[in-house]
Amino acid sequence: MNLRRLLLIGVPYAWLLVFFLVPFVIVIKISLSDIALAIPPYTPTLELSEGWQGIKGFFAQLDIDNFTFLTTDPLYVKAYWSSLQIAFISTALTLLVAYPMAYGMARAPEEWRATLMMLVILPFWTSFLIRVYSWMGILGKEGFLNAALLWLGLIDEPLTILNTNTAVYIGIVYTYLPFMILPIYATLEKLDDSLLEAAEDLGCTRTSAFWRVTLPLSRPGVVAGCFLVFIPALGEFVIPSLLGGSDTLMIGKVLYEEFFSNRDWPVASAVAVVLLLILVIPIILFQRNQQKQLEADQ
Amino acid sequence: MAQSPRNSFSHAATAFAPWNDPNAQPLIQFKNVTKRFGDFVAIDNLTIDIYEREFFALLGPSGCGKTTLMRMLAGFENPSEGQILLGGKDIVPVPPNKRPVNMMFQSYALFPHLSVWDNIAFGLKRSDMPKDQIGDRVAEMLRLTRLDKFAKRKPHQISGGQRQRVALARSLAKAPKLLLLDEPLGALDKKLRNETQFELMDIQEKTGTTFVIVTHDQEEAMTVASRVAVMDHGKMIQVDTPAGIYENPSSVYVADFIGDVNIIEGKAAKVASGTLELHYAEGAEPIKATTDATVTEGQSISFAIRPEKIAVSTEPMADRANHARGKIIDIAYLGNVSTYHVRLPSGQMMSAQMTNSRRLARRDFTWEDEVWLSWTDTAGVILTE
Amino acid sequence: MRRFSWFNITSLTLGFAFLYIPMIILVIYSFNGGRLVTVWAGFSTKWYGELLSNEDFLNAAWVTIRVALATATLATILGTLAAYVMIRGGRFFGRTLFSGMVVAPLVMPDVILGLSLLLLFKVMFSSAGMMTVILAHTTFTMCYVSVVVSSRLVSFDKSLEEAALDLGATPFDAFKSVTLPNIAPAVVSGWLLAFTLSLDDLVIASFTTGPGATTLPIKIFSAVRLGVSPEINALSTIMIGIVTIGVISFSLINKRQVAQRLRDEKTAEASA
Repeated sequence: MNLRRLLLIGVPYAWLLVFFLVPFVIVIKISLSDIALAIPPYTPTLELSEGWQGIKGFFAQLDIDNFTFLTTDPLYVKAYWSSLQIAFISTALTLLVAYPMAYGMARAPEEWRATLMMLVILPFWTSFLIRVYSWMGILGKEGFLNAALLWLGLIDEPLTILNTNTAVYIGIVYTYLPFMILPIYATLEKLDDSLLEAAEDLGCTRTSAFWRVTLPLSRPGVVAGCFLVFIPALGEFVIPSLLGGSDTLMIGKVLYEEFFSNRDWPVASAVAVVLLLILVIPIILFQRNQQKQLEADQ
Repeated sequence: MAQSPRNSFSHAATAFAPWNDPNAQPLIQFKNVTKRFGDFVAIDNLTIDIYEREFFALLGPSGCGKTTLMRMLAGFENPSEGQILLGGKDIVPVPPNKRPVNMMFQSYALFPHLSVWDNIAFGLKRSDMPKDQIGDRVAEMLRLTRLDKFAKRKPHQISGGQRQRVALARSLAKAPKLLLLDEPLGALDKKLRNETQFELMDIQEKTGTTFVIVTHDQEEAMTVASRVAVMDHGKMIQVDTPAGIYENPSSVYVADFIGDVNIIEGKAAKVASGTLELHYAEGAEPIKATTDATVTEGQSISFAIRPEKIAVSTEPMADRANHARGKIIDIAYLGNVSTYHVRLPSGQMMSAQMTNSRRLARRDFTWEDEVWLSWTDTAGVILTE
Repeated sequence: MRRFSWFNITSLTLGFAFLYIPMIILVIYSFNGGRLVTVWAGFSTKWYGELLSNEDFLNAAWVTIRVALATATLATILGTLAAYVMIRGGRFFGRTLFSGMVVAPLVMPDVILGLSLLLLFKVMFSSAGMMTVILAHTTFTMCYVSVVVSSRLVSFDKSLEEAALDLGATPFDAFKSVTLPNIAPAVVSGWLLAFTLSLDDLVIASFTTGPGATTLPIKIFSAVRLGVSPEINALSTIMIGIVTIGVISFSLINKRQVAQRLRDEKTAEASA
């Protein structure tokens, strides 16, 4: 291997090792440490100056107390469970909103598609924080939604939506909608019209052609979209903190507060490690789905 | 485009045949070259010499190793074993950008962000040619390929045929010792392809460059090449002039690969010097044929004969040594010729081709007719492998 | 010729209304004279005035822009290199690990990335600040750049690079004069994406920032935690405006180029 090639591969490789892999090793290490009133606020710290004894002593002091703690305190178990629940429900809701839109885009006249595509992508470039924030004015007790419903006479009392799980669902569906639309649109757009014509020619009605041909063929896009919403929603922090209530338990928020409010680094690290373990399965499934799609395209 | 239609026979007429000259120095030598990709053997212990000014065609089905062979010449692949010599020097350690070899890519690989002019000048700017001469050289190449009017255009602003000529001009600009052409006409439609074949030959003659062309189109290989190498499974099955390949295939594989052929299997009998008889079926008249191959009595051999060398008639033709009676099963009318599919009593199917010198209404034979097939004793070849 | 069906029109209208109404309300009420959310108290640009005279916001905006510029540039270089290594690098030791590390940050929750980088920076540096935010942002945005660039590189005909080598270019020269000009649109998109992501990020910045390096999202977050604020509406409107103008002009330029190209190809074939 010549020097240039070494440099070409080495620079991004080294960057990712130092700033991505090493931090994880540190997180795992601290999750096995104990909290201490010191700077940094955990013990043990690796003392290389003490040589082999120091390293041995260091490993001897590591324990899984923090992980046992996570299982004994119901807060964490509940937080993980409700994160999974919220992520799952929001993903399903996003799919329900996104599929008809992606379908409508794919079946739109050719000259409209670029514009529709741009309309979907535009919010994605707009600040995430601002998009979540925009719902605060709508969902509040004196917000636009309540004002509109009262004016229409549909309700007599303003509804409490902001600071509930419902608001979190709306926030997640709203912010992650483009991630669901785009992969579904990509598979639907590739779908050959003659397949539907063939299905109708062979005796399907329009509706059954949709259920038997369009839907199964768009599955890879649906699966990809679901993962793209589910995975980040699971660790979401901004949406539950702005739109959720005090009883909205999501693990991203718990981790953030554990770290900044309680300054308990070892427990925060343990929370992160467990979250990562939960995420490993969907991430691997997602990668497989992408790989399969890539091979199918070739 | 008024090129003189040159065919393989004119090569013979000008007697350009350095491969028959023991004193000729080959330009390229492959010496026991093997190339493996993992477990797959792409090139299998191959040895071949290619001479200066040759138009050498590598012909074979996809996956036969012809592209790998070419990429090794360009320097994009290195042989696993063996040597590749160019003008007597080993070029294996030389990287592609230092080789006096240029390639015309199958996709043309024109740089989409550069104009036709800049595409052609690309290689010259990276050579030791003085800056002020580059313009002249590019202009010369544009003239040669009749692209003068398109110099300022980008590749997507010209037609497929013009793109093909830009690719050719670009690869010829540095006056390489050797030009490699990877399926150069594959992307063109049939009519344009035929015209371009003659153009290629013309340019090759004008520039005196050695061309090595990869193709899977046998007609194309036959038209342009001075020699054709038929490849299969990483080996060269036969290397010969187009006429040699067609008239004297060395194996059933080659005979079958180039053009249509009837293959009859049987046992050798009455082997004499240069002649033999082939017994192929009980009760059928044995086939009389000539051969240079050494055949022993009773050996299993094949007889290959091209359809156009078999005549169809109502009575056996007395002046031809071989006759067989059969029934017409099918007639394929192609306009200028008709191909008759005839079943012999042994069940053997034979194709015979006749020129339609008469109008269709006056044709002599039709389906189910009993006819005689006749051919001379030198019309076919005996194949032992 | 396809036409809209009623079902499709309905689903698209409702869907886009859902996507855009919240932002439109935000924009309209940024010009509201009053402080209350739903009560329209006449047109006024006073919140813009207050925003622009608020030193804190201006400082935060300036920090954010500098961070985003540095991040986008670094991430584009590293991400393009990473994409090139992934697509053209061939085999090398630890390739699987490398490609895993390039993809993983895309799906990693912000809180985990932020926490782990903070813990690293505590070990590496004595204090945090703009530099640590830039390092953190570069790490996660380079992966997005690499995805964008590698999808372009995959479809980029490898024989173009081989042709350059064949014509005497060195590998570096071939990259510079053939590959780079052709993947340039993807590289530019990658830069813009990295820039926007850095501009947007709240969680990772909150973990890795230090004194004096408060970014705009951190500032906005602490302001809106307590409720709707008209200054933030004004700020949001400015940001939405910039993005809208940017995206629309970008896609118009793109559309025009594609149309020009199609015309060129048609005339080329016709004149042949």
